Amino acid sequence: MYPIVKKEKLSDKIFLMVVKAPRVADGCLPGQFIIVKIDEEGERIPLTICDYDRAEGTITIVFQIVGASTERMALLNEGDAFADFVGPLGQPSELCLEEDLEETKKKSIVFIAGGVGTAPVYPQVKWLKEHGVKTTVIIGARSKDILFYEDEMREVADELYLATDDGSYGFHGNGCQQLQALVDAGKKYDHCVAIGPMIMMKFVCLLTKELGIPTVVSMNPIMVDGTGMCGACRLVVGDEVKFACVDGPEFDGHLVDFDQAMARAKQYKTEEGRALLKQQEGDTHHGGCGHCGGDK
Amino acid sequence: MGDVLVRVPISEQDPKVRATNFEEVCLGYTEEEAVEEAGRCLNCKKPMCVGGCPVSINIPAFIEQVKERNFEKAYEIISESSALPAVCGRVCPQESQCEGKCIRGIKGEAVAIGKLERFVADWARENGIKPKNTSTPNGHKVAVIGSGPSGLTAAGDLAKLGYDVTVFEALHEMGGVLVYGIPEFRLPKDKVVKAEVENVKALGVKFEKNVIIGRSITIDELMEKEGYEAVFIGSGAGLPMFMHIPGEQANGVFSANEYLTRNNLMKAFKEGYDTPIARGKKVVVVGGGNVAMDAARTALRLGAEVHVVYRRSEAELPARAEEVHHAKEEGVIFDLLQNPVEILVNEEGSVRGCKVIKMELGEPDASGRRRPVEIPGSEYEIECDTVIMSLGTSPNPLISSTTSGLDTNKKGCLIATEQGATTKDAVFAGGDAVTGAATVILAMGAGKTAAAAIDEYFKSKN
Ligand SMILES: Cc1cc2nc3c(=O)[nH]c(=O)nc-3n(C[C@H](O)[C@H](O)[C@H](O)COP(=O)(O)OP(=O)(O)OC[C@H]3O[C@@H](n4cnc5c(N)ncnc54)[C@H](O)[C@@H]3O)c2cc1C
Ligand SMILES: Cc1cc2nc3c(=O)[nH]c(=O)nc-3n(C[C@H](O)[C@H](O)[C@H](O)COP(=O)(O)OP(=O)(O)OC[C@H]3O[C@@H](n4cnc5c(N)ncnc54)[C@H](O)[C@@H]3O)c2cc1C
Ligand code: SF4
Ligand code: SF4
Ligand code: FES
Repeated sequence: MYPIVKKEKLSDKIFLMVVKAPRVADGCLPGQFIIVKIDEEGERIPLTICDYDRAEGTITIVFQIVGASTERMALLNEGDAFADFVGPLGQPSELCLEEDLEETKKKSIVFIAGGVGTAPVYPQVKWLKEHGVKTTVIIGARSKDILFYEDEMREVADELYLATDDGSYGFHGNGCQQLQALVDAGKKYDHCVAIGPMIMMKFVCLLTKELGIPTVVSMNPIMVDGTGMCGACRLVVGDEVKFACVDGPEFDGHLVDFDQAMARAKQYKTEEGRALLKQQEGDTHHGGCGHCGGDK
Repeated sequence: MGDVLVRVPISEQDPKVRATNFEEVCLGYTEEEAVEEAGRCLNCKKPMCVGGCPVSINIPAFIEQVKERNFEKAYEIISESSALPAVCGRVCPQESQCEGKCIRGIKGEAVAIGKLERFVADWARENGIKPKNTSTPNGHKVAVIGSGPSGLTAAGDLAKLGYDVTVFEALHEMGGVLVYGIPEFRLPKDKVVKAEVENVKALGVKFEKNVIIGRSITIDELMEKEGYEAVFIGSGAGLPMFMHIPGEQANGVFSANEYLTRNNLMKAFKEGYDTPIARGKKVVVVGGGNVAMDAARTALRLGAEVHVVYRRSEAELPARAEEVHHAKEEGVIFDLLQNPVEILVNEEGSVRGCKVIKMELGEPDASGRRRPVEIPGSEYEIECDTVIMSLGTSPNPLISSTTSGLDTNKKGCLIATEQGATTKDAVFAGGDAVTGAATVILAMGAGKTAAAAIDEYFKSKN
């Protein structure tokens, strides 16, 4: 069993949990994910590693309620335990590799986080900070009350920009518009990392393609095993079919076929008993705000 | 006493009934039936059957004990050669192995060796008989990667030799393909697979689930940091192949692995489990092996009309004869000598059909089977909402790519000697990870051989 040592509500539907999982904490790097299973009957739920403490043997996850399983997860409390917690899965972020550090230091890097995507962006920015790399971070959210991790991010990012769709906080507009505004103001970036709902990543990529900024995205397709055994997570990247769980989750955003990926993510939407999901139909269910503006 | 040329019939669930449930199809012999069937064995001086069994079970000897109703003794004889008799009795392709060689098969029907083996193993389980470990611990630590048949066998054998063995498994259940691939109606999970794993535990083997070697920890780290002196890799061949035809990314196209994993490991068919599965109305399964049969019969049980599309003819179907027979009885439709060329997709991105081309058999190919050749202009469309690709699997590169000095061949299979020694010192391998997708009994045999080789390795070191 994997005990939950801390639980925190970050916003109405977003929760943070710190989970004891020494084997995962020991070897993980930013960009990787875990799969958690609540109990015997539970689904295998993939979630990005949001922070880790090797000494304590813990992993931090941040998740948003989008359907039955995340809803059920949110009912767990400190002192409860997950039946299964496996990882780290996937490839580490290529920015966070010691061997390429000198190259990375030369880059001017901008991160764009959408909604719950702030969580996976955090460990990368933190790692880069610890290794002396400067970063700019844009956090986009629908409104102020679903914005989280502002203080934590401020500590590790060199420049932090906040954008809300409704203008309730920071820049009035979405992440893309904020990036455009920064570029218009003369800022130069030669590497972009976008993590959030697929629709948001798609629109960031359309923009950065125009601006000529290479962009990495973190894909979150439906998964089952997370070990390369089922092919549920397959994506088209360039001319190739890739398995997000072993080849990714990060890919060259300019090569990803987002429309296909988004269609595949809807695969189980019509399955029975997904009442909560039905309520949200029309919204995106990628674990993000879904209102980053890309769909408007 | 019946006709000695004919097998004692075995009871099975009625096809109409079983096509709607996930209970085991074959109900097994009763004591009386088993004793009667055992009576058909001629106790040959030179038993051909033994040569057909990849682990050389002393078949006439155990059958003789069944005849005498010494079932415990029969179990001991089987256990000398096989760690998973309740599994093998159920899933071995007997017709091409032990039973294929049986002398009784020349004039009549071969002795039902598999069914007798299953009977003995089930009897032992029901009567609480477990394999014993009489060895004294020798203090050497060995890591086994993967809990499929090869890993379980290697672990059990090493424990019996006194080694301190830990099995590391990536998934949350032990058993490999036995839990995620082969369905409940062929191999009951709680009754049979769990019990076999418990038997290995009873020998002192430790199990750690949720550990992905190559990610959670590497082989090099296991050896350098955790004190494992030797490693056996039994990680199987889990990577599914696709056809690379248009439309394959559509919703409703699954690998057989995904479809079966959702249903078997995640128990999507059972009330109360959270993982969903697409219950298709009309399903096309592409392929003709055991995996295809399992996917087809699972889809059928979930309520679909099922077509197996296979590019050769019935004679070439690689699946076990019993599975093909059962699938037909249950109502699976076989569309033979055809091959999909495109998956047709509707506006929502979901499967609406499958375009297939008819084939004819040409000259034999390297495998000795006649090669299927497309008949130009013979394409037609099959309407369906689900397509399950069951085209075979290859080993996952996760371990080979993260272990220094571990070489693979062109197909991604680990390179190993007959004894299981890989290109890396103290690291052994066997089963599907070395051969590519094969059978339970071959994987078990490889685990056995490697366990002996690992023991040799330690002896030669001291
Ligand atoms: C590598 C990876 C990392 C992820 N990291 C995070 C994270 O850090 N925080 C977070 O909140 N979420 C993350 N997700 C998404 C998260 O796994 C899903 O939100 C969760 O599985 C939904 O489960 P559910 O049962 O609550 O919803 P369901 O009812 O299963 O799903 C609701 C609907 O969302 C869609 N869906 C299901 N699973 C996924 C999925 N994996 N991605 C996109 N859509 C899906 C389906 O169409 C489904 O019908 C990640 C996904 C992946 C693959
Ligand atoms: C659907 C289906 C039906 C079949 N039917 C039959 C049949 O009727 N008769 C028959 O004889 N054979 C059948 N087979 C084939 C047979 O099941 C396999 O040949 C056999 O299971 C191979 O055993 P193995 O021990 O080599 O590997 P597997 O059974 O594949 O087990 C490998 C295990 O290793 C684990 N693993 C992989 N990578 C890692 C890692 N990096 N770290 C930790 N663990 C890891 C996997 O999760 C898995 O549990 C069937 C196969 C399938 C898929
Ligand atoms: S293990 Fe398989 S091949 Fe050997 S005797 Fe048993 S059923 Fe036959
Ligand atoms: S070949 Fe057939 S008859 Fe002869 S010993 Fe084997 S099972 Fe019995
Ligand atoms: S989740 Fe199964 S292969 Fe990626």
